[in-house]
Amino acid sequence: MSGLKDAGHLFRFAGLFVLAFLVFLVVRAYVVPKSFGEYGHYRGAAIGEIAAHPVKFAGRQTCETCHTDIADIKAKGAHAHVNCEACHGALAAHADDPMSVTPVKPDSAVLCARCHTASAAKPASFPQVDPAEHSGGAPCVTCHNPHSPIIGSDFTANAAKGGAK
Amino acid sequence: MSGVEGYMYPNEVTLYWSVLIVLYPFITGLVAGAFILASLERVFRVEAVKPTYRLALLTALAFLLVAPLPLILHLGHPFRSPEMYFTPHSTSAMAMFGYVYMWYLMAVLVFEIWLDYRREIVLWSQQSKGLMRTIYKIMALGSSNIGERSLHIDDKVGWIVTLIGIPSAFLLHGYVGFIFGSLKANPWWSSPLMPVVFIFSAMVSGIAAVMLLYMAVTKLRKQAIDMRCVDTIAMYMFYIFIIDFSLEMLDLVHRVYEADESFRTLNFMVHTKLYFSQIVLQIFVGTLVPLILLFITQMVKLPEIARKRIYVLSGSLILISVFAMRWNVVIGGQLFSKSFIGYTTYKMALVTREGLLVAIGLTILPLFFLWALVKLLPPWPDKDLHEAAAGD
Repeated sequence: MSGLKDAGHLFRFAGLFVLAFLVFLVVRAYVVPKSFGEYGHYRGAAIGEIAAHPVKFAGRQTCETCHTDIADIKAKGAHAHVNCEACHGALAAHADDPMSVTPVKPDSAVLCARCHTASAAKPASFPQVDPAEHSGGAPCVTCHNPHSPIIGSDFTANAAKGGAK
Repeated sequence: MSGVEGYMYPNEVTLYWSVLIVLYPFITGLVAGAFILASLERVFRVEAVKPTYRLALLTALAFLLVAPLPLILHLGHPFRSPEMYFTPHSTSAMAMFGYVYMWYLMAVLVFEIWLDYRREIVLWSQQSKGLMRTIYKIMALGSSNIGERSLHIDDKVGWIVTLIGIPSAFLLHGYVGFIFGSLKANPWWSSPLMPVVFIFSAMVSGIAAVMLLYMAVTKLRKQAIDMRCVDTIAMYMFYIFIIDFSLEMLDLVHRVYEADESFRTLNFMVHTKLYFSQIVLQIFVGTLVPLILLFITQMVKLPEIARKRIYVLSGSLILISVFAMRWNVVIGGQLFSKSFIGYTTYKMALVTREGLLVAIGLTILPLFFLWALVKLLPPWPDKDLHEAAAGD
């Protein structure tokens, strides 16, 4: 028994550890959200909260219900695979109330350069230019129809009318 | 683009791991090295280094307390940092490290220091006055048993804790090397030798730091430096530095001989952007010069004053070399493009959250912690203490 008595201080130190561990467990139970780990390493309730956010994108099909003329041009052009809202931005508000929410026309000199500025990382087959050298700062829609951008296609004549109506 | 040569992928242009991430492995390395020096006396019974035993433990604790600060400053959101403990991601090496850190801090360092100082803590709690008396009373955990049997038990348990501490110190610092070495996407880092190189350079830097601190503190106390102790430390530092240098050269030879697709790029980087920090600072000034100096002290019987000067110079150069090694690993690994046809530049800020001033502050901060620890737990024998009140 005297051995235990002589090691008493070690039990006190061990007791501190146990106490610290218990405090950790209590704090953990308090601060970790209840739904944490429900589906994975995140707060399960976050899914419902995110789903409750208002929808911002209308989707291509919604745009094409009204803008049939543009959809026809685009379907035959090089941008057929590009979604409307990739260039025009999220427009669910416009789709819900087309009369009072009118989208702003994108600045083609900035927008087109985002994808078509020359870069060694892009495939050689992808159309790319040095914008300053190529157009001298003029908006791309001066010559290109953004919905069917290859010059010489049937729709180039519409170039000036360019964006969403 | 300013600072960019050739082609960089967009996410490679800016360096995200700054000088603070250089500082982090440097500081944890000092911790591991200082602890290994302490274990020389405790486990391997190298009696000559005994005067540095307690100072080494306190140095390790002071630097370990500062070790997470560079990471917290780098990441921001300090209040989120406990989440690493509350909801750890078992597949993340970084997340698991939080537990390694806590284990090393509490179960190894704090416990070992407490056991080693317990006799003095009890006596101080009885003989000091005012606030210090209260602090020592709390530290004694209400036990005043410092009988022979009780201290013998402390000694045995302390030995076991140190024994467990050695692999823990290796785990602590080996992990830092592992974090880099396991990144297969980066050819500058990806190497199984990385954890081993990190451990040995950590041991050298920690031993050098404790040696310098011991010499400085002894000088400040106007006491005589125990030359047998410093000579022994320098000898161990020399041998471990040879192993460290050999491992780094082995890694280099392996890279040169393997010469994989990244070699031309990395070779160019070492000869241009990293020339000063790697070739000049790390290899020539920080490694070859101290190795030659320490070799001379091992071969020639030099007078005491010459040996002291050589040890101070070598120790300082070794610290610079190990810091340069961390710099070359962390910053070097971000300077080149995975396309292997471009390089970027690291421009260190001065007064930002991750700038030079913060880095200097974090390097000095452990010395303040050490000063406070030395005030609280003086590592040298206290002549005023008497055993009158000993025992229950």
